[in-house]
Amino acid sequence: MLEIRDLSASIDGKPILNGIDLVVPTGEVHAIMGPNGSGKSTLSYILAGREGYAVTGGEVRLDGVDLLTLAPEERAAAGLFLAFQYPVELPGVGNANFLRTALNATRRARGESDLDAVQFLKLARAALRDLAMADDMLKRNVNVGFSGGEKKRNEVLQMAILKPKFAILDETDSGLDIDALKIVAGGVNALRGPGFSALVITHYQRLLDHIVPDRVHVLAGGRILRSGGPELARALEESGYAALGLEAVSEDTAAMAAP
Amino acid sequence: MSAAFAETGLPSRKLEAWKYTDLRPLAALAPAPAPEIVDTAALAADLPPLPGPRLVFVNGRRAASLSVPPPADMVADLATEGDPARFAPAPLAALNTQFAQDGAAIHVPAGHDAGTLALVHLTIAEDAAPVFVHPRHRIALAQGATLTLIEYAGGRGVYWQNPVVEIVLAPGATLRHVRIQAEDRESFHTATIFVDLLAGARYDAFTLGLGARLARSETHARLGGAGAIAHLAAVQLLRGTQHGDITSVVAHDAPGCASRQTVKNVVDGHARAVFQGRIEVARAAQKTDGYQMSQALLLSPDAEIDCKPELEIFADDVKCSHGATIGALDPEQLFYLRARGIPEAAARAMLVRAFLAEAIEAVSDDAARTLLVRAIDAWWEGAR
Ligand SMILES: Nc1ncnc2c1ncn2[C@@H]1O[C@H](COP(=O)(O)OP(=O)(O)OP(=O)(O)O)[C@@H](O)[C@H]1O
Ligand SMILES: [Mg+2]
Repeated sequence: MLEIRDLSASIDGKPILNGIDLVVPTGEVHAIMGPNGSGKSTLSYILAGREGYAVTGGEVRLDGVDLLTLAPEERAAAGLFLAFQYPVELPGVGNANFLRTALNATRRARGESDLDAVQFLKLARAALRDLAMADDMLKRNVNVGFSGGEKKRNEVLQMAILKPKFAILDETDSGLDIDALKIVAGGVNALRGPGFSALVITHYQRLLDHIVPDRVHVLAGGRILRSGGPELARALEESGYAALGLEAVSEDTAAMAAP
Repeated sequence: MSAAFAETGLPSRKLEAWKYTDLRPLAALAPAPAPEIVDTAALAADLPPLPGPRLVFVNGRRAASLSVPPPADMVADLATEGDPARFAPAPLAALNTQFAQDGAAIHVPAGHDAGTLALVHLTIAEDAAPVFVHPRHRIALAQGATLTLIEYAGGRGVYWQNPVVEIVLAPGATLRHVRIQAEDRESFHTATIFVDLLAGARYDAFTLGLGARLARSETHARLGGAGAIAHLAAVQLLRGTQHGDITSVVAHDAPGCASRQTVKNVVDGHARAVFQGRIEVARAAQKTDGYQMSQALLLSPDAEIDCKPELEIFADDVKCSHGATIGALDPEQLFYLRARGIPEAAARAMLVRAFLAEAIEAVSDDAARTLLVRAIDAWWEGAR
């Protein structure tokens, strides 16, 4: 279970998150929607432990563990995974080497033994097949020269291999073609079960047609302004944030959200 | 220190070429000639894993028990005189000439592919006063000959290793030269390499420096025949208070030659890296293609790099370029790796290896490349 209580954070003194309350019970998938600049990526980065944010209040627990005091790798070891909105290119780092190093680090954290190159390849090839990715993706440098959609698929590949207990998918659907969207959704759905939960950040209902969320939250102005069932996403898709009165409300962000 | 040594003296920082590298700590050491080690066979475990022929020198003397001799037709007479005019800009080579005792003289006959030969230097100065060793090697490839030469320098204790390698490449000859300097962290290592290339000859050098308290690798390459090619690649990994200096002077004396000097420095702690690269293009050397690139990765706020590119061009139809980058590890890349569960130290190591990957992959000899990777791995393990 992920519990976010009254989380506030700022960047260079500028408040971005203004008291977020959000609970994702184990086994559930929740969606977050919200206007551009509302703080969705900031929230996911803060959960994953990126530097550069000042957490000014609140707390975050994953199955009772206080995440905010942990280093990024310790959060990953605790079962957290972030599929980046903008995956990072790593020239000179082979994808296979990267994936195996990450997997073995994760396995060690779980008290499991390392996989050797042969065992790893077998596992990686199966994961690639499930995501309709070519084997040569393993030989290439991480995300270097990947198309936008390939990068997103590579994020989901990492998730499939690392098998986190909590995943944050930050606009993993953007840049995907229709077939890829289904494949990626299939990758997420394959992990769904009693030991897995996820926060799916998206702007579009079409992803939620495939990954049907248990709850949908609207984030605006650094706050959760409304929560509801899957029908909330459909209502937003039809009429937009403004019609539902879900534009940013804080004074700081009102100017930003205005047309 | 012997009288002759004191007379000649070490170059001081007043010399332009020695502006960034201060040899006073070496002078203060007052090293004496290295004594002979009798039981060289006991040093077998210190040898790097290099298959094939190898000439091993222990404290500067050939150790037959550790060597695997190359074919007899490759061994030539050792000439230690050198060309005084050629040595003028390299005072340490002159010192070597005074003190050199032993070395390898290799001659590869015309048209012959001599495979791979290793020159290994072990200097053992344990439980003893500081010592010096001045190895002197001469490598000559006759017309169209080919050789891969792997040089390895390591040891234990406080010592000064001051090798000179003279290389002459006849028309169409190709020498691949891989040098690994993994000396004791208390030691000093100053190497001077002279390369003369005739028409169509090719010199491909890769130098890895990660040992020694103070090291300098100085290469003087002269492209004296049309169409010769010289690639001088170097990588240094420095930490603590290490000082590592890569200096190269490439003289284009003939038309249509190409040269590349590429240096990658990884500097941690309070260490300091120096790169001095000079391209000289004579009036006759039209259609010269000269390229120079220095890339440095500073891993700590106290790490330092001094980079001095120099172009001296007297011909008018040439293409010469140089560039330098200095950076730190990219925090976005570091975060990405850590977010995937990779601990910070391992993530940093991955990114440094990535920075070096291209340079290492360019080394074509498998044994040499494996040795380079192992040396770099050991360097990382030594860090923690
Ligand atoms: N490093 C930064 N420096 C200054 N402002 C920042 C920084 N990072 C984010 N912000 C600001 O924080 C706000 C929230 O950004 P964030 O990326 O979290 O939005 P988002 O909801 O993910 O938007 P999108 O839907 O466009 O991805 C924006 O106003 C953004 O400009
Ligand atoms: Mg975003």
